Amino acid sequence: MTRDKINGRRLVGLFLLGMLLFNFPLLSLFNRPILVLGIPVLYLYLFAVWSLIILLILIISSSKPETQLPDHRG
Amino acid sequence: MLETETVIFASLCYIGMLFGIAYYGDKRADIGRSIISNPYIYALSLAVYCTAWTFYGSVGRAASAGPAFLTIYLGPTLMATLGWLVLKKIVRISKVHRITSIADFIGSRYGKSMTLGGVVTVIAVLGIIPYISLQLKAISTSFLLIHQYPSIKPLSDPGGFKIWSDTTFYVALLLAVFATLFGTRNLEATERHEGLVAAIAIESIVKLVAFLTVGIFVTFFIFDGFADLSRKALRSPELRRLMTLPTDTGTFSSWISHIFLSMMAIVFLPRQFQVMVVENVNEKHLNKAIWLFPLYLVAINIFVLPVAFAGMLSVGSSSLDADMFVLTLPMANNQVYLTLLVFIGGMSAATGMVILESVALSTMICNDLVMPLLLHMPFLKLAQKKDLSSILLSIRRLSIISVLLLGYAYFHFAGEYYTLVSSGLVSFAAVAQFAPALLIGIFWKGGTRTGALLGLVAGFIIWFYTLFLPSLAGAGLMPQDFLAHGPYGITLLKPFGLFGLNVFDRITHAVFWSMLANVGCYVAGSLFSRPSAREHTQAAMFVDVYRYMGRVHDSSVWRGTAYLPDLVSMLERFLGRKRTEAALDNYAMTYGINWDQSLTRDPGLLNHIEKLLAGAIGSASARVMVASLVKEEPLGIEEVMGILDETRQAIIYSRELERATAELRAANQRLQELDRMKDEFISTVSHELRTPLTAIRSLAEILHDYTDTTSDRQQEFTGIIIRETQRLTRLITQVLDFQKLESGRTPWSITSVDLKDVVEDAVSATSQIVNDRKIQMQVHLPEISRPVEGDRDQLIRAMVNLISNAVKFCDPDQGRIDIRLGYDADRLVVSVMDNGIGISQADQMKIFDKFQQVVDPIRGRPPGTGLGLSITRQIIRHHNGELRVTSTPGKGATFYFSLPLEERTKKLDR
Repeated sequence: MTRDKINGRRLVGLFLLGMLLFNFPLLSLFNRPILVLGIPVLYLYLFAVWSLIILLILIISSSKPETQLPDHRG
Repeated sequence: MLETETVIFASLCYIGMLFGIAYYGDKRADIGRSIISNPYIYALSLAVYCTAWTFYGSVGRAASAGPAFLTIYLGPTLMATLGWLVLKKIVRISKVHRITSIADFIGSRYGKSMTLGGVVTVIAVLGIIPYISLQLKAISTSFLLIHQYPSIKPLSDPGGFKIWSDTTFYVALLLAVFATLFGTRNLEATERHEGLVAAIAIESIVKLVAFLTVGIFVTFFIFDGFADLSRKALRSPELRRLMTLPTDTGTFSSWISHIFLSMMAIVFLPRQFQVMVVENVNEKHLNKAIWLFPLYLVAINIFVLPVAFAGMLSVGSSSLDADMFVLTLPMANNQVYLTLLVFIGGMSAATGMVILESVALSTMICNDLVMPLLLHMPFLKLAQKKDLSSILLSIRRLSIISVLLLGYAYFHFAGEYYTLVSSGLVSFAAVAQFAPALLIGIFWKGGTRTGALLGLVAGFIIWFYTLFLPSLAGAGLMPQDFLAHGPYGITLLKPFGLFGLNVFDRITHAVFWSMLANVGCYVAGSLFSRPSAREHTQAAMFVDVYRYMGRVHDSSVWRGTAYLPDLVSMLERFLGRKRTEAALDNYAMTYGINWDQSLTRDPGLLNHIEKLLAGAIGSASARVMVASLVKEEPLGIEEVMGILDETRQAIIYSRELERATAELRAANQRLQELDRMKDEFISTVSHELRTPLTAIRSLAEILHDYTDTTSDRQQEFTGIIIRETQRLTRLITQVLDFQKLESGRTPWSITSVDLKDVVEDAVSATSQIVNDRKIQMQVHLPEISRPVEGDRDQLIRAMVNLISNAVKFCDPDQGRIDIRLGYDADRLVVSVMDNGIGISQADQMKIFDKFQQVVDPIRGRPPGTGLGLSITRQIIRHHNGELRVTSTPGKGATFYFSLPLEERTKKLDR
């Protein structure tokens, strides 16, 4: 399996994770009018998950192939 | 004090700067040094997603519905995670097929269908109009606000409307001019606009900087940071409400449906498709963009809630439009430059969207709606027109202006009905109709044109009925009770509660019904219709795009001839001379073009030309254009047969191979058998030779050693010696004869022979041995004679062999032999029947082989060489007959053969 395919699957997994985290019922756990670190907890949660997902996209998409195929053209 | 003139001047300066950037970008692109060819510019250009809706509307939305505004940005982030799976595939397909717009993409997927492209275009135009009107509204509202700086009193409704005094109208006109200048600046009609993309990227920076600046100012200068704002907000019950989502039943469905809509919008909005797919320089840029772009979205959203809180806390009065907090907050704090920056930022958000959207729509209108229609009007003789690129550009310019005027009209008549965000969502719901046909279409080959058409039309009709029509009704263009009670009082058909469905908000309600109808019709239509051959190939090319990469073959392999000069002049009309020459030179370097031949039938070249054209006028139109010049030859029955024949040949060949193998195997077996038989032959012959030799030798020794033997005995012994010698001679003669027969060296003297004579001769020749054994022999011969052609002596020999064979095996006490000769219509049959031991079924197969003798368990090996029947069979075969045997063991055997009668006799009989 190529690195592209592995990454593609990881990203699809990330999509499913995002769907889970950005939705009810997990969302309802944070649906309270309280402040954490001076920020409404629901916003804090959403922005934190959001940033986490972006970070994971960054990590996955920039992971290089471990072994470079030898170049036969040269 | 902020003068109106200053505002206008600053705006013009800003637009002028953008124009300069666009000009520079195009110049660089012309010399092949693209300034947009890096992932950062690409990601920034994707941020054209953030329009005035984001810039002004998000705060308004946050001030009324709390966290719900975030759904519009979470969706694109989720879509980015599918970038590898979905976006990359769409980009790849579009590059391979030179797709110019989303209408082109969908039309192309379903067999380069013009109808489908047209339908998509109509949906896109109607769907985007509310969105464009939203931008116009934002710009004009912000202008009117800044116009009365520093007063921030709510805008009063100007009584009595005059179009010539309406700011929005001028804004629309101005934007139309800019869009025309940006999008159709080049005389060459091409699919890509590098300069425009560069300008869009700059706009993305400007609006981000403006929003962050105002956010920082409000949060840290008016208030004391996030925590301060939040604490103050917590104290107000109205603001407290905004920190959470409402807990009623509709919240969950709205949340999901808005995320879904924004996921679709990031791909299917015409301008997003334009920047993400059409303007993509390098597929690899997607790798970075899928995290850079969401990062941009996070950045532009961080200060939305603080600004909303601040607005509500400081200037917050219910009469003031929360959509404009971003602008009114700096104004209320007397920040002249910040106000101007915000205004420019908002303008850049709106103009970026309007310009790119109208350019993308104009490409679609031109390539997928107007051009196909014009090309289908033969009286226009469009294909023969000299200068087509100017026609194309005029169509595009007119399209841009019409789109903006439609947007203005919608704003004017219906714009007040929805807020900024709601109008945007109406457009999102419209473009989401493309999702089934496109997303399912690139993964499922079974999707057909009929299915896609049905799905799109069904989804569009429901969208139109549940979202677009109500906005017109709300604006008073239709009777109001249509909304409250449904058409003609049918409550089941209420636009906001179709079939009594009341659990969703309006957008979710429309999304649910339209997607249900769309996907349902698409799948059902696909399953119950048969795709054409072209649909089949296009579907395969799209779904298996990675597999077909790098192949020269395309679905539309042209079969026919065209005049090369015609093709070149057509290309020049669309692409201009320079580009045409460059493109053809490029092709010639790789594949070679025979310029001497004016008539070309090179399918690769025709294909290449079609693709070049597709880049300019869309795939459906390009097909028509090329088809107008190519004299297509239908796929003849010979070609079909040829294709079939190749397959057939392969099958035949493999069958032949199989047969040859079987023959070889049989031959090998036969050889082994022959080898074994040769050994037997030699041993039998030597045995047969040795028996008489031994007898001769011993008798000769007796005569030699015992000289006193009586003369009677001497006589007797020499008699035996003579008989044995004769027997030896006979044996050797037989072996030699047999060898001759086998090798075909026997001389045949063919004459007309009467078989009656042959039988009689053979009987008299064998009468001696028959009488010796006291065998009763009866010969049954017919009266008439019908001759055959043959060698008389050989036939006699065959008969003698058969008779002596019968004698050998006859019953030893009451032997009986019957010989019969009979005539058929054209053959005669001779049979020799004995009443001996008979021959078993297994032996019947073998007796005709050399030296094969039936070994009787009691009497042992019969006398003779075992060559007789073999020789007889050879002789009969030579006369075109066949020697056969029937026998019941214990009751005797019948040998019989038939020979064809002489031709002459047959004729005489007739």
